[in-house]
Amino acid sequence: MAERPTGGTLIQQFEYGLDAPICLTWELTYACNLSCAHCLSSSGKRDPRELTTAQAEAVIDELQAMKVFYVNIGGGEPTIRPDFWHLLDYAVEHQVGVKFSTNGSQITPERAARIAATDYVDVQVSLDGATAEVNDPLRGVGSYATAIRALDNLFEAGFKDAKVSVVVTRQNVHQLDDFKRIASERGATLRLTRLRPSGRGVDVWDEMHPTAEQQRDLYNWLLREGEKVLTGDSFFHLAAFGEPLPGLNLCGAGRVVCLIDPIGDVYACPFAIHDRFKAGNILDDGGFATVWRESELFTELRSPQSGGACTSCSAFDACRGGCLAAKFFTGLPLDGPDPECVKGHSDLALMDPDRLAPAASQDHSRGSVHKPVSACDENPLSGLTFIPLEALSASR
Amino acid sequence: MTDHASILDERLMLSPSVSLRPEPFGALAYHFGNRRLTFLKRPELVEVVSALDGRRTVREVLEGCGIPEGQWSAYDATIERLRGADMLQVATLAAVSG
Repeated sequence: MAERPTGGTLIQQFEYGLDAPICLTWELTYACNLSCAHCLSSSGKRDPRELTTAQAEAVIDELQAMKVFYVNIGGGEPTIRPDFWHLLDYAVEHQVGVKFSTNGSQITPERAARIAATDYVDVQVSLDGATAEVNDPLRGVGSYATAIRALDNLFEAGFKDAKVSVVVTRQNVHQLDDFKRIASERGATLRLTRLRPSGRGVDVWDEMHPTAEQQRDLYNWLLREGEKVLTGDSFFHLAAFGEPLPGLNLCGAGRVVCLIDPIGDVYACPFAIHDRFKAGNILDDGGFATVWRESELFTELRSPQSGGACTSCSAFDACRGGCLAAKFFTGLPLDGPDPECVKGHSDLALMDPDRLAPAASQDHSRGSVHKPVSACDENPLSGLTFIPLEALSASR
Repeated sequence: MTDHASILDERLMLSPSVSLRPEPFGALAYHFGNRRLTFLKRPELVEVVSALDGRRTVREVLEGCGIPEGQWSAYDATIERLRGADMLQVATLAAVSG
């Protein structure tokens, strides 16, 4: 293990890892009533090995003992689990705050009232278009209305500061101001994250990731509005444009971030659900604390990143080579540039005909999955959806 | 004496909504109410913050922790910021005797 320096900046300290994660994501189930085109966890069907209620409670007990102050619960659609609301209460009773991500389908006025009455619970509703025309082709017919209704229900129940969670794509990047308005009209905060080529995202990344021009627009927008929106430190690769963005600007995988999946497998980050980034299993390997503190993978990740091909780049200190998962799933070397390197240093490698993206190590998809409607899709039906003109012009 | 210096005479304690977690570089402080995470980057500061019990003044705690008087103004500013973020509170009688 690399020797931790004394003193130095917080980021230098984080590179060597912490005794417990700061940002822990726990996917409670792979079951989902939607089939979003870009789902990070390829969710759809429930895994029969899913943790039982008692096992999930044991995880919460352990998080409490480790002083993991809060956990981001997701899925799949976590509220589908029949014991979801019980686990929510159980976590709060054990001093583990919860932020859960949902498509909103279960957030009825009654549920919203109950959530509003519970301290230490935060809700994040996913929305990938500021209009149904942009959102529904990716997330499913009616999913826009469902999400808006959930946000309305939360707002009317007096829940303060829900999050509207948006994955920024080629199709919706022109709607950032609209997303912000949707959130603020409902007393909520906008949260933007980066599209990763993870899970089913790998199949649609080429068509959905923002163009180089859009990346610059996004960067400028974040510089302007960044203090008022959340990004989960998602866009640190954009720091190479010049100014650092609000946040740590650090890959936290296995250092301050990790993911527990529905069957108890622990991965370095929510965007890296693949055997290559699996640190262990909480049932087989002595519990979460042991996996977090002792796994070989996490020990390896807890050292300063080597710059590799990026070392000579003037922006390396700002972007640190970008996102590990994005590189891995696009078949790029892990110590080289991010596939969305704003300096264009990965363009050649991405064009390499021999580039081989790794095979998925798991897939929970149900039969039909939504696909983004591409501008050059020749099928006249194209799923019977419309993409606004601005979206098309912006993507060309 | 300025207002600024007077925080040394106050009896502060960790807010009941805050939990401290030791880390190799110092500690994390998490406020369950406002969901704010604060990093205490020096072990000496962690020692001081942990020692604030609402019974002794900040000045007495700094003395007790062996912090040289030359550094008090720096602690003064940091403690003021922690109080501003509701990480630290002025002790109430009930909280102290409880």
